[in-house]
Amino acid sequence: MLKLNNVKKTFNPGTINEKKALCGIDLQLNPGDFVTVIGGNGAGKSTMLNAIAGVWPIDKGEIIIDGINVVKLPEHKRAKYVGRVFQDPMMGTSAPMEIQENLAIAARRGQRRTLRWSITKKEKQEFHELLKILGLGLEDRMTAKVGLLSGGQRQALTLLMATLKKPKLLLLDEHTAALDPKTAAKVLSITDKLIAENNLTALMVTHNMKDAIAHGNRLIMMNEGKIILDVRGEEKQKLTVESLIQKFSETSGKEFSNDRALLN
Amino acid sequence: MEQFVNYLASLPSAVAQGVIWGIMAIGVFITYKILDLADLTVDGTICTGAAVCATMMTLGFSMPVAMLCAFVAGMLAGFLTGVFHTSMGIPAILAGILTQLVLWSVNLKVMGIALDKTSAANLPLSSRNFDTLVSMLELEKTLVVLLIITIVLIGVLYWFFGTEYGCSLRSTGANLNMSRAQGINTNVAKVVGLVLSNGIVAFAGALLAQYQGNADINMGKGAIVIGLAAVIIGEALFGWLARHNFSLKLLSVIFGGIIYFIVYSTVIYLGLDSNYLKMLSAIVVAIFLAVPYWKGKYFSGAEHIEKRKHKKDKSGKEV
Repeated sequence: MLKLNNVKKTFNPGTINEKKALCGIDLQLNPGDFVTVIGGNGAGKSTMLNAIAGVWPIDKGEIIIDGINVVKLPEHKRAKYVGRVFQDPMMGTSAPMEIQENLAIAARRGQRRTLRWSITKKEKQEFHELLKILGLGLEDRMTAKVGLLSGGQRQALTLLMATLKKPKLLLLDEHTAALDPKTAAKVLSITDKLIAENNLTALMVTHNMKDAIAHGNRLIMMNEGKIILDVRGEEKQKLTVESLIQKFSETSGKEFSNDRALLN
Repeated sequence: MEQFVNYLASLPSAVAQGVIWGIMAIGVFITYKILDLADLTVDGTICTGAAVCATMMTLGFSMPVAMLCAFVAGMLAGFLTGVFHTSMGIPAILAGILTQLVLWSVNLKVMGIALDKTSAANLPLSSRNFDTLVSMLELEKTLVVLLIITIVLIGVLYWFFGTEYGCSLRSTGANLNMSRAQGINTNVAKVVGLVLSNGIVAFAGALLAQYQGNADINMGKGAIVIGLAAVIIGEALFGWLARHNFSLKLLSVIFGGIIYFIVYSTVIYLGLDSNYLKMLSAIVVAIFLAVPYWKGKYFSGAEHIEKRKHKKDKSGKEV
């Protein structure tokens, strides 16, 4: 479903701020894979997701989504294949617009936007049913402006928007990091539910090792722009936070340096 | 007393001018409020609309054709700003200023065509000689025509911004990241918004030339400030009414324009040197723009709520 071949990206090349963010990433995701991504600060986790989403052009390599090389496609064209949820709850929704208007925009991802009315009656009913799944009572506030919602509600809505038109690939970039633990757990369970129900292929960056172990069928660990660990299936189920930290220092020869990950 | 009667007699004219500038301010509203771009092109576009309309009518074209061409000329100006901004990466404000400068030359040349000169800074368009749509000499007819134009314009914009495409423009202004992630080409959306906005501004310019009986190279000076003033006054006075309805928001911009010109007439009646008016408008707009910033900087939201609670405590109504 997703194939990364030797993807490289250096920020600010040739300056004192030069940062080799991705140093030849190779990764293949099968349909239905739900991969959690962990790693220290500046390991390249978010950078990898942004490279796939097309936020900026990569220096080298291939990004193939469902057989299509998307390297030359701009961000808005890749959106046809990719659903995204960001770390910042403010980033995934349009605050001055209504909940149903946001959903209607998401319902047209990858389609031509015409001069037809932006939302149909039938869609309103569909959205009502879909919002019920979230269990946040948003189905009764469909004409409320999204700016009035809490961070957790906005993330849940963004998730729904990202999966409304079934994406080939779902990218979750620390999407629970800005939420309180209770809300984060709720959003994560919604994530699991939506991925399972739609049989989605997903990449989820998280700083929480427990979450990384508990969710998904595969776990990758990154360090200094490379994937240093790739565990799946039964082997992944047996992982513990301690064993992960040990594996990290074995493969990288360093101490694990993400305080947020260790504190959780 | 006689002065006061004159003042009262000048009010319908102030209303007419206010509506014309209010229509122009709707163009400003589209870029400033919906797309979150400060577009300074409008200072030039309003004169472009006036110049194109006056020139075409002087050359013998009919008024509707002339106004349509003015609208298209404005759209082209908006397109140029859009290309400067999106394809060439120039900040929106600077892109607008560049187009404004381009238009200065274009406007002089266009008006020159009508007079068979290499350039002209002024072109008469009196309703005595031309079949104009609006005119300060026929105020009653003008007010009716402007009312109809306002209703049609607001209706069309209400429809457009309610469509799939219109919604993508609104989301572009609200959140670029979200819009791109949902597959919206935000650069195209910005250009379309600038084109639409400047088309409307040029249309208002064409109306203004007919109303005042001439097109003048200086007529757009400070237009952006008047436009912003209309938007801000409208929002400040009628925002509470128009919060949930887009067409009412647009209508409040028109009322903002009307109030601006009524205040304008009033301060002149009170004896203020009219040379100060632009300075006053700029200061008023600056203060209104500063209010939300000050609010955010000096009163955090929490404090604000605490204070309100406190007030209620004192009044003893609610604890």
